[in-house]
Amino acid sequence: MKIRFTLISMIFVILFLGCASTQNRLLDSDSSQVQLRSIQTRAFDTTDKEKTLRTVISTLQDLGFVIDKADALLGTVSATKLKGYALRTTVTVRPRGETQLLVRASAQYNIEPVTDPQPYQQFFTSLEKAMFLTAHQVD
Amino acid sequence: MKRLLPFFIIGILIVTGCRSIPKDALSLSPESLAQRQIQTRKYETKDEAKILASCAGLLQDMGFNLDESETKLGVITASKTRSAVSAGNIAAAILLSALSRVPQPTDKEQKMRASVITRPIGQNDEHIAVRVTFQRIVWNTQGEVTKTESIDEPKIYQEFFDKLSKSIFLEAHAI
Repeated sequence: MKIRFTLISMIFVILFLGCASTQNRLLDSDSSQVQLRSIQTRAFDTTDKEKTLRTVISTLQDLGFVIDKADALLGTVSATKLKGYALRTTVTVRPRGETQLLVRASAQYNIEPVTDPQPYQQFFTSLEKAMFLTAHQVD
Repeated sequence: MKRLLPFFIIGILIVTGCRSIPKDALSLSPESLAQRQIQTRKYETKDEAKILASCAGLLQDMGFNLDESETKLGVITASKTRSAVSAGNIAAAILLSALSRVPQPTDKEQKMRASVITRPIGQNDEHIAVRVTFQRIVWNTQGEVTKTESIDEPKIYQEFFDKLSKSIFLEAHAI
């Protein structure tokens, strides 16, 4: 009786743990959404979405990425860099008000999300050089 | 010495397990300009769609299958899977197997990826720049990834553009 109870409760615990961790991994809800957005996002003083996307693509190529896919209408570019590791990134471009575009980059290093601000800062430094425009921090 | 071995292994596990994104992964390297020059050619035309079509044709000639394309942004991505078996790799595995008395896996297959990006350049967008980049992932006989790398040999890019020039010429003069 006691053994059966232990067994059942163990199975329950394992199921429960497995469930929770999948939910955690799927939603990555342990990091602050607002903070992550501000790390990953910059505003540029332009409204030319297509040119911005093309510049994002060439910047990614300069950084050693191979482009996976791009969508002009949606304003997205995905790319992968292989250099002993796999770094996958998605960049989205969307309008912000009448005069600006928001560029957001998110990255995954092997099987971990990139939450450190520094790599994103480096990416936007390269991008603003290629854009000939300043990347504005967004609150 | 033998007593140190477990510590070594644990040390290596910690170092490799906790390794986060390299500091320079998203910053421009000193070689990036040279790489760009190797991977880019300029064509004297305004017809971006035609250049893209030629690139698609060339990738097919090279045995690639197209994965994605977005004409509006001048993007084509393609991939192919090929054998990664090489004599040197097998010889090394046999030697290692003989020494360690454990069968060693050898490289089996590789996925090669290519992306071709076109974009108008020049003051009035009168030229089209074509930039191609290749990378590959190699798996061994046990299904483990053994290599993930970009392909940087200038010769490969030289040959690609030689073929592209021919392909553009061919398509322009189709009969």
